[in-house]
Amino acid sequence: MSKEKLPPLSERRRFLLQALQGLGLATLGALTWSAYLDEASASSLYLRPPGALAEKDFLSHCIRCGLCVEACPYDTLKLARAGDNVPVGTPYFTARMIPCYMCKDIPCVPPCPSGALNESLVTKMAKDGKETLDITQAKMGVAVIDADQCIAFWGIQCDACYRACPLINEAIVIDASRNERTGKHAFMAPRVIGDVCTGCGMCEKACVTEKASIFVLPLAIAKGKAGSNYIKGWDEKDEKRLETQTGGGATTVTPVSDQKAVDYLNSEEF
Amino acid sequence: MKWLAKHRFMILRRLVQITVILLYFGANAWGWTILEGNLGSSLLFKTIPLADPFALLQMSAAGALLGMDVLLGAAIITLFYALIGGRGFCGWICPVNIVTDVANGLRRILRINEIERRVIINRTIRYWILALSIALSAIFGVAAFEFISPIGMLNRGLIFGIGFGGAVIAGVFLFDLFGMKNGFCGHLCPLGGFYSLIGRFSLIRVKHNQERCTLCMKCTEICPEKPVLHMVGKRSEFVVQGECTNCGRCVEVCDDEALHFDIRLLARKS
Ligand code: SF4
Ligand code: SF4
Ligand code: SF4
Ligand code: SF4
Ligand code: SF4
Repeated sequence: MSKEKLPPLSERRRFLLQALQGLGLATLGALTWSAYLDEASASSLYLRPPGALAEKDFLSHCIRCGLCVEACPYDTLKLARAGDNVPVGTPYFTARMIPCYMCKDIPCVPPCPSGALNESLVTKMAKDGKETLDITQAKMGVAVIDADQCIAFWGIQCDACYRACPLINEAIVIDASRNERTGKHAFMAPRVIGDVCTGCGMCEKACVTEKASIFVLPLAIAKGKAGSNYIKGWDEKDEKRLETQTGGGATTVTPVSDQKAVDYLNSEEF
Repeated sequence: MKWLAKHRFMILRRLVQITVILLYFGANAWGWTILEGNLGSSLLFKTIPLADPFALLQMSAAGALLGMDVLLGAAIITLFYALIGGRGFCGWICPVNIVTDVANGLRRILRINEIERRVIINRTIRYWILALSIALSAIFGVAAFEFISPIGMLNRGLIFGIGFGGAVIAGVFLFDLFGMKNGFCGHLCPLGGFYSLIGRFSLIRVKHNQERCTLCMKCTEICPEKPVLHMVGKRSEFVVQGECTNCGRCVEVCDDEALHFDIRLLARKS
């Protein structure tokens, strides 16, 4: 029996097949592209210029123009190149190479055309309502100390980071304690005050150890989060949260809850 | 002399392309203030903002509320190409055009065109990639094409230092040389597709004069967007399809002056 020759494709069938082929290839492309985007925007182990929006918003705003990079007088900022492990074309800096010098006039922020660097994030309002740029408001990251490798924790005298910090005694302080091993010396250990530290990286640059024992990490990585259920009862401001808190603060009402916990504590049994 | 005349627009285009890069480079390296930034967004004479409208479209799809400078800058660029320049960005500004033109020239010299296999990609695929760019931007909250754009990589590379982006450019070059004639710019690039769409009704256009045409077909041989010259030898009319890059190659190779640049409205009146 000879094989029957297939009839030529009908116009309609050809059209449908072509459409299917297009759709298939488009899906293939879309999937590959998606995987790359996911990968490329997932990591965030790099420092952004002062006044940058939170990373996710920063990524959607920055048009990669490099105007911030050009404005920086210290060549701190770089535009990421392919292979730098930073979303390509976006500005970042490596503190150990060139830290941010915390320029008083913050030349890098105002030129940003897209709002990815936002002046309001580095602006301070004076009592008379006048707004001025203030680099100490910046939150590029926060310095973290590896107390195992910092030689000051070993008892060797070093306060390089402390002295390098533009916010000396505010962002880094020195804690003195007795060195029991020698019996006659003191430990002079640096400690970072996270709320004050701008993440400029002057300390990281200055650190004397082979690989810096104090280094700046992006806030999202360095910071924990206590969550809304912990409140500092001794702090008036924090306690205000109790009143304003919505959601999560729901009170379950059962027949037993007629009596409040406080009433119970105050009843005679105690 | 004859060579110069036969390449007059190409020489002019290279001059413009290189000048633009040089101005950007000078702004970064030596603090020039004529044209600062890069093709993503720039500042002309320290006052006029310019921005890539396609990047803006992706960023808006990603949900970013952008700064005034970018919005205004993108509006200026859009108006310019929509009213005057057509897809002139591709022929006169984009640095990738230099790369793909060289690949195309080499193809002619090596006669690779003559062993061309069956074309597997359709010229409309760029519009699908364009749509995909917008869709993925919306899904991932980042400007999707800007993550992989060889245009951005080459442009920034020339201004700020090239890095690994060079591999991507080499990829585009090899694809156009060995893979497919006008493969990238004529089939894939969504930015070229974008400018084809907004430049569709621009005033500056190539016009064909059928009476002078001797049917040598040198123009369709050289044209990177061959289908737009469908009327050659048949009808005297404007090249109206948006895909024409206004590069003027057809005008200069024609030995019979059957093609010239014209302004659409004026010509219609006369
Ligand atoms: S504050 Fe100064 S040193 Fe720091 S990134 Fe901006 S311009 Fe550069
Ligand atoms: S100036 Fe703004 S938009 Fe331009 S690269 Fe810097 S952060 Fe991005
Ligand atoms: S602790 Fe380090 S990163 Fe923080 S402000 Fe001081 S020098 Fe800058
Ligand atoms: S400079 Fe380095 S080693 Fe010295 S105290 Fe600071 S963190 Fe420790
Ligand atoms: S098609 Fe794309 S890469 Fe080619 S010249 Fe136009 S914008 Fe540049």
